[in-house]
Amino acid sequence: MPRTKPAGRKPSKPESKTILTSIRDSADEIRRKILARKKPTMKFPVRSLANVRYHPQRGFFEIAGQKKERTLTVNTVKTFAQTLRMIALSKELVESDDIATKREAYYVSKNWEDARFTEQPESDTVMDDVEAFFGVNREQLGFIPEEKGGDVAGRLTVIDHDRDTGKELRIDCTKFGSGAYSIPISVEHLQYETDADFILVIETAGMFQRLVKHNYWKKANCILISMGGVPTRACRRFIRRLADFKRIPVFVFVDGDPYGITNIYRTLKVGSGNAAHLNEFFCVPQAKFLGITPKDIVDYKLPTHPLKDVDVKRARDAIKNDPFIRHHKDWISAIEYLVRMGVRAEQQALAKHGLNYVIDTYLPEKLKHPERFLP
Amino acid sequence: MDSLPAPSFATVPGAAAAAVSPEANVPDSGPAAAEPLQGETTRREKPARRETAESLATRQREISVSEFFTKNRHLLGFDNPQKALLTAIKEAVDNSLDACEEAGILPVLKAYIDQLAEDRFRIAVQDNGPGIVKSQIPRIFGKLLYGSKFHALKQARGQQGIGISAAGMYGLLTTGKSIAVTSRTGPGKPAHYYEIQIDTRKNAPQVITDAVVEWEPQHGTRVEIELVGTYKRGRHSVDDYIRQTAIANPHAEIFYNFPGGAGTLHFPRASDTLPPEPRAIKPHPYGVELGVLIRMLKETSARRLDLTLKRDFSRVSDRVAEEICAAADLRPSSNPHLIATHEAERLYKAINSVKVMSPPTNCLSPIGEEQILSGMKKEIPAAFFTAVSRPPAVYRGNPFLVEVGMAYGGELPGDELVDLLRFANRVPLQYQQSGCAITKAVLSIDWRSYGLSQSKGALPTGPLVLFVHIASVWVPFTSESKEAIAAYPEITRELRLALQDCGRRLSSHIRARRREVEEEKKRSYIERYIPHIGIALREILGMSKPAEQELVVTLKDVLERSRSRD
Repeated sequence: MPRTKPAGRKPSKPESKTILTSIRDSADEIRRKILARKKPTMKFPVRSLANVRYHPQRGFFEIAGQKKERTLTVNTVKTFAQTLRMIALSKELVESDDIATKREAYYVSKNWEDARFTEQPESDTVMDDVEAFFGVNREQLGFIPEEKGGDVAGRLTVIDHDRDTGKELRIDCTKFGSGAYSIPISVEHLQYETDADFILVIETAGMFQRLVKHNYWKKANCILISMGGVPTRACRRFIRRLADFKRIPVFVFVDGDPYGITNIYRTLKVGSGNAAHLNEFFCVPQAKFLGITPKDIVDYKLPTHPLKDVDVKRARDAIKNDPFIRHHKDWISAIEYLVRMGVRAEQQALAKHGLNYVIDTYLPEKLKHPERFLP
Repeated sequence: MDSLPAPSFATVPGAAAAAVSPEANVPDSGPAAAEPLQGETTRREKPARRETAESLATRQREISVSEFFTKNRHLLGFDNPQKALLTAIKEAVDNSLDACEEAGILPVLKAYIDQLAEDRFRIAVQDNGPGIVKSQIPRIFGKLLYGSKFHALKQARGQQGIGISAAGMYGLLTTGKSIAVTSRTGPGKPAHYYEIQIDTRKNAPQVITDAVVEWEPQHGTRVEIELVGTYKRGRHSVDDYIRQTAIANPHAEIFYNFPGGAGTLHFPRASDTLPPEPRAIKPHPYGVELGVLIRMLKETSARRLDLTLKRDFSRVSDRVAEEICAAADLRPSSNPHLIATHEAERLYKAINSVKVMSPPTNCLSPIGEEQILSGMKKEIPAAFFTAVSRPPAVYRGNPFLVEVGMAYGGELPGDELVDLLRFANRVPLQYQQSGCAITKAVLSIDWRSYGLSQSKGALPTGPLVLFVHIASVWVPFTSESKEAIAAYPEITRELRLALQDCGRRLSSHIRARRREVEEEKKRSYIERYIPHIGIALREILGMSKPAEQELVVTLKDVLERSRSRD
């Protein structure tokens, strides 16, 4: 069980103390309300795209301040009880400096009899609520995500520490051969050494593999990072800290379709609507969109697939509702252009001109004109 | 098919044969038998004149009504062995109940089915009715179309006087055994035992045994028939029929023995009140067809046309009679016996052009809301019961009324189609559900608005038993086997009104029940989840168990109070 306290561990870090204090304070407020014979309430920020603002100067989605108040009534009593039990679990984790994955937390709830969750999405939602309630990162509450963070290869040395001895570990990302360094779930303690010119963030593992295999990072003097779809928080945080630390540009290379633009790229750059209270840390405002742009599809005569109904819907929805897209005229016209063409092109479509066309021609040509990258 | 009464068909057996002969001819008469021969001759030479009127005449003869029904037994409900068993029981039970009610006796019925071999059964139905006078027994049980109910416009289960003799005829046909009847009319009277066979050519009874026997009951009748049949349980079964009879006749007590059953099934009496005695009425002018009108004019004892109209029909006043005569351009003083056919036709049209008051409705004997409820409550394990008895209405001059009962919830299965029980003059209808006006009316209603689920074109689904009863002096069955009711617009309209009325009551019950369930669920929410708030707060704040308990009790109280304010 993840909840047993590992031997020989130091007591809570100062950061944990603040968390514990706010957990206790909020629980005590509820207790006092009950004893005063009033219905206790909890306030949560509304977690949706409708409740975010885009600050171009600050560069990320910011929560717009709408809050929902959950008053304890007959109808909310189940969720209320579950939320409190989740908070109690978090308190236990923080106190014992332990962690639980989302899945583990879900299984812990199986001990809660009537208050247990029947499916994990229910427990995930409650966990997101708790996170938003305290306005902290769920890792600080002892909860960690299941998914992997992303892969790194190229001109970078990551400095980590041995968990047992505390000794410094230097991880050279040029020395993984055809493999790669895996971004850990928590990246806050990592330090970096690099002399790379830029970071190239790639959507698919396939394209990443091609670039790693042909040592593209050597040729272009860069760091390659694969996101494997929508980037995890850890991946975004890793890129953000790295880019801030060395002040190097971040270029993003994804599929030329509405999903690649409005979900993957948008989330990397400004964060998500669902975790808006944390976007400040989990975003990469300096990211630029290298490709595949709608214009590339024409310029490079890429083979295409027709846009599906969901793609068109996603594109229209972004133009209408996404504060980031709406802020950038360039994006609106690019997406409208894509919808007008009615097609999409994958990264791998470049292989039409030869397997290494992407390395020999496409990337070098694109990198010559960073000013043409989309915002 | 239109309503039953083909007028001349019914009055005398001979006339009946004449009326049906055109269709009845088909299976066995001359031309059909000669067909292969005809085929051969045409191939060789020019078609010769095959028959002459004279040669045909040698084979033309009367067909007795019993012969006709021997060949067309499906018309009477004897088309397959399972149905034959049911029909035989049903005819006997219907007769017994009618007899008891007419005599003002609370019915006690005993029905037995003995299985003699795989497909051979002896059925017996015994009642405590008034019994039958010795001289009438052979004709009642050994002659088709002999009975007391046909000529009277009066609500009864039996109508034509075919049923029980047809059952006996079927038994004779399939097993060679006579129908056995024991009857006694009173304590001082002897009990007569008869074995009777029907002579199908003559449509006349043949008495095989006639004896005086010792019989325990003081009055009543017992009928026994041996027949080929199939006994099955479930849908269309005798079991179902008996149970439904018990529901629609809560004043009857029924004992029932069936093959493989452990002893006797007892359906107790739920009401000691006999249904009000229905009165016989004269035909209403609107309900009379031309043929009947012509016969009535011929047979009337009145000497003047206006008197005939007034005396032989209901609701014809002096003024109405005058109006009819005027409209028909006939003198009121004409001799009805001398009215020509074309004049009768004018008269027929005239009748329908004059406004005549609706027929009297005291001839009907509804089951009544209270009785429907008590009948359903004793046989159906439901939680909610409601019933509606509509005021009488009229179709084609025949008074009728519709009654609907609903039993909902309880132990009834919730995921099956509703159980639709159809009744005509208190008799359960088992077959031809889809062709029946009752079913059509049920299907024409959107049950979803009453809180049931319903697929398109199907009966609704839910834990519901639907009881629908039509009472009339003349129920318009679609065939002689009395399985389905014809959909006259007036009947459909009344059915819909009754169903909708009941449906509204049902839906308010369903809604109330849902609210209760919701309420119960919310109450249980408090019980189930508040303790967890206590546990969580104790764990976070490190409280003591008693402090946690105090919190839980207080919170429950706060929530309960706020809930009762809502």
